Amino acid sequence: MINTLIGDIGHVSVIIAFVAAMVASYAYFMASGNKVEASGDTSWRRLARGAFYVHSFAVLAVIFCLFNIIYEHRYEYYYAWSHSSNHLPVYYMISCFWEGQEGSFLLWIFWHVALGLALIRTSRKNKTWEAPVMATFSFVQIFLTSMILGVVIGDFKLGSSPFILMRDFMTDAPVFKMDPNFVPTDGTGLNPLLQNYWMVIHPPTLFLGFAATLVPFAFAIAGLWKGKFTEWVKPALPWTHFAALSLGIGTMMGAYWAYETLNFGGYWNWDPVENAVYIPWLVLVGAIHTMIAYRRSKQGLSASFILIIASFILILYATFLTRSGILGNASVHSFTDLGLSGQLFTYLAAFMVLSIALLVYRWKQIPSTEKELSTYSAEFWVFIGAAVLCLAGFQVLATTSIPVYNAFLGFIGIESNAALPADQIAHYTKFQLWAGVAIAVLTGVGQLLWWKKANKSSFKDAITLPLMFTLLLSSLVIILSNKFDVFAFKLDNPVYITLFVSSLFAVLANGSIIAGLVQKKVSLSGGAVAHIGVALMLVGILFSSGYDNIISQNHSGLLYSREFPDEINRDNVLLWRNAPTQMGKYKVSYHGQFMEVKGVPGYVSKELLFRTDDEYVAIARGDIKAKNKIYYKTGDTLDLHSPENTFFEVEYSNEEESFTLYPRAQVNENMGLLASPDIQHFADKDLYTHVSSIAPEEREWGQLQEYEVAAGDTLILNDYVAVFNGIERIPQVPGVVLADGDVAVQADMKILGERKEYHAHPVLMIKDQMMGRLPETIEDLGLRITFMNIDTENNRFTIGVNASQKDWIILKAIEKPFVNILWIGSIVMSIGFVMAIMRRKQENGSDGKAPATDRKNKRKVQAA
Amino acid sequence: MGMIVIAMAIGIIMSTAGDASTYVSFGEAIARAKDGDDTKVHVVGRLKKDAKGHIIGMQYDPTIDPNYFAFTLVDTNRVEQRVVYFQPKPQDFERSEQVVITGNMQNQVFVADKILLKCPSKYVEKEVTASL
Repeated sequence: MINTLIGDIGHVSVIIAFVAAMVASYAYFMASGNKVEASGDTSWRRLARGAFYVHSFAVLAVIFCLFNIIYEHRYEYYYAWSHSSNHLPVYYMISCFWEGQEGSFLLWIFWHVALGLALIRTSRKNKTWEAPVMATFSFVQIFLTSMILGVVIGDFKLGSSPFILMRDFMTDAPVFKMDPNFVPTDGTGLNPLLQNYWMVIHPPTLFLGFAATLVPFAFAIAGLWKGKFTEWVKPALPWTHFAALSLGIGTMMGAYWAYETLNFGGYWNWDPVENAVYIPWLVLVGAIHTMIAYRRSKQGLSASFILIIASFILILYATFLTRSGILGNASVHSFTDLGLSGQLFTYLAAFMVLSIALLVYRWKQIPSTEKELSTYSAEFWVFIGAAVLCLAGFQVLATTSIPVYNAFLGFIGIESNAALPADQIAHYTKFQLWAGVAIAVLTGVGQLLWWKKANKSSFKDAITLPLMFTLLLSSLVIILSNKFDVFAFKLDNPVYITLFVSSLFAVLANGSIIAGLVQKKVSLSGGAVAHIGVALMLVGILFSSGYDNIISQNHSGLLYSREFPDEINRDNVLLWRNAPTQMGKYKVSYHGQFMEVKGVPGYVSKELLFRTDDEYVAIARGDIKAKNKIYYKTGDTLDLHSPENTFFEVEYSNEEESFTLYPRAQVNENMGLLASPDIQHFADKDLYTHVSSIAPEEREWGQLQEYEVAAGDTLILNDYVAVFNGIERIPQVPGVVLADGDVAVQADMKILGERKEYHAHPVLMIKDQMMGRLPETIEDLGLRITFMNIDTENNRFTIGVNASQKDWIILKAIEKPFVNILWIGSIVMSIGFVMAIMRRKQENGSDGKAPATDRKNKRKVQAA
Repeated sequence: MGMIVIAMAIGIIMSTAGDASTYVSFGEAIARAKDGDDTKVHVVGRLKKDAKGHIIGMQYDPTIDPNYFAFTLVDTNRVEQRVVYFQPKPQDFERSEQVVITGNMQNQVFVADKILLKCPSKYVEKEVTASL
């Protein structure tokens, strides 16, 4: 039965939300008028608030309807069909919600609503900001809700509705012509790469960051519009911190997800989708610095306006890049093009033109001081730091936008064939690494000048100790790594040494600030803590990426390589099943394919699972044990977590240690093989392992060899010694229903493999007077044994054997030194941000901002 | 300070322009190699197929060398070129509608260090087949 009601409610709610946003925007605009403000007439504001509440309620209704469609498996709706499936657990249904463009817009809209309500609530005490700030908020909501409006007028399509029915989406599909009420029984499922817990929390955090950039932007616009050029900085500052915090944590969660789930061998790939968030984050952090400098010394106000406006526009630009389809060949994971590029461009252009025009119009009126900055003033270094952050962002922007230049030139009739740099990592590193060096040095120098009295002699006193320790510690590390094999790397590259020394300086200099503040007022040290976090991140990136070491170097198989003898890295190794191979200092062996079974810890060998027609259900071929506990007995029915996932047992061992990793491969109908790594964590490094390729599932079996045997006979099968122990009658056969008069017998064979004994039980049965055979495959040995026939008079049995190439995988393994420092650094940075928010909130005192925010932050930090 | 920032921004633009690669045909890639220009380029093409639509010229035998994959690519000018990729064969290679490779010509073959596949089935047009 098609349930059109829920979709209609959803669609109507979108329209209500859209209209209410327009009303709220107009009413707040009117409420901001000077005359209305002066008269004390609150009717416009009351109307605006009411409209915004209606808008908020409608947005919640939309979310409820969409989630209901997914949760109740209403596959008559395209969104549920294309993003969900029957077997999906509830927590991944949440991910389905924002897998599609429409759902992710909805998530963004939701955060704007939440932040807008928080602003209305906190502005009860300080009413001057509510109307102009919320006018911008509601104005943005008009554009965002229009993205999911799904209204078609003639050829003009406004937005893409998540509530579209299958039959309306696929008008050409014959099945809907035959039966318009046809409902698919299952959906096509969530992209398996997104079936990861990080994908449940990463998008909401990131979109919270997207949404939070609107708050300082709305304050800046309100300041320009109402002529309150200086007053907006104070209430906007904690929000700017908050936006940078959530954007930063969101990005790092995405990086960790990529590290754990994708297989490019790291956490950052300079993909446009990643860059698109990194750029506004850098600019936003730059804005925090100019705003703080302004609060202390009344300098940097125009810069703050520019950077806050720029960061919001860059968020819109990021949305445009990743959702309009303009990236084309340049990105592997942008959204599907929904034909919204025109609408997205209008959105971007409207805000860019309006805000820049307002800024230019008011530019002359923005107060500025003509005071020269001395090199011994902290502000001087803070501004340089902000400039470095913006230049670093600009560099990424200039490169990431290459596909946009092509599209633009194509649009005006010039053919352009520019492509992204061939070696993106080298290209970005050559700038970003030096930006990192500059930032590390500047955080140290800037903080020292900020907290000490800014003059030459006191600065010298302050910097001496951290500098000395830096030189001491870094020489120690350099000597230890080069002369003694203490670390997994030799720190000998002068560029890397520069980054290491400057990061270490940043840690120690900021550490000395904290040490000084502990005695006075530790709550002021948020900046120093965040800077230490950044410096630690730089160290972590330096070692894990600069000194990553591929240990799966292939030294055999030189057959083809004569063409290019020297320069080729051979980074993948073929592992035959159960044939150990030396890799770095480990002996590595591959032991077979495993799956996850519900209720059983760890993994279960595929050979113990008899698969059924329902791919989520299997029958146990033997007892299923884990850690000496039997979870299932032979013949029990088991539920599989995901039939797509296969785990490959890879054992690493040497004299000191041994451990087993289970890198995963998913064979997906739509996307081919998706490999995810398994990572062994050590204190000083990670060992990152993934399969690059696996043996084809359909394999070629050799000719059937028949053997006639009696109980107790020994025979040689494919070089293995095998013993035929005899036969026994069995009451049931897995996956087969035996009726009266049906007979099933199984042979019992023992085969001596390299590592252990194997038992094979091929089955021969007579069912409905037909002979049926159930062969058994021993994957480890590449043997398939079939019970062919019984000669009951002479007690002789016929056994058929096929041999095959053994199973194999191709493996890539990378050591990543000190990658932990990167994650620790991210957490430290987040803590620093939270401290700064608390402090700014306290400063703002009774007219304080963001009472709800810090609670949220704490939760976010814990989550990270 | 403003001047310095602008100067650096210009420097960044120049350097980006210098590092940017280009989409070319195999003909131009060969011409570049002849001139001794070994910069890496992007080539867009399709896999060579026989009359029945089977891909021909693919060579990958992991049991001999897992890091050697060779195939024939036909660029937009219908020029065929042998391509070598010193990595395992991407698993969904056969399904790809379009292939973008990055690399340069060396000793008569195009050595690719990056392959980007555009698979028609990847994101668009799933078909309703369930319970039909």
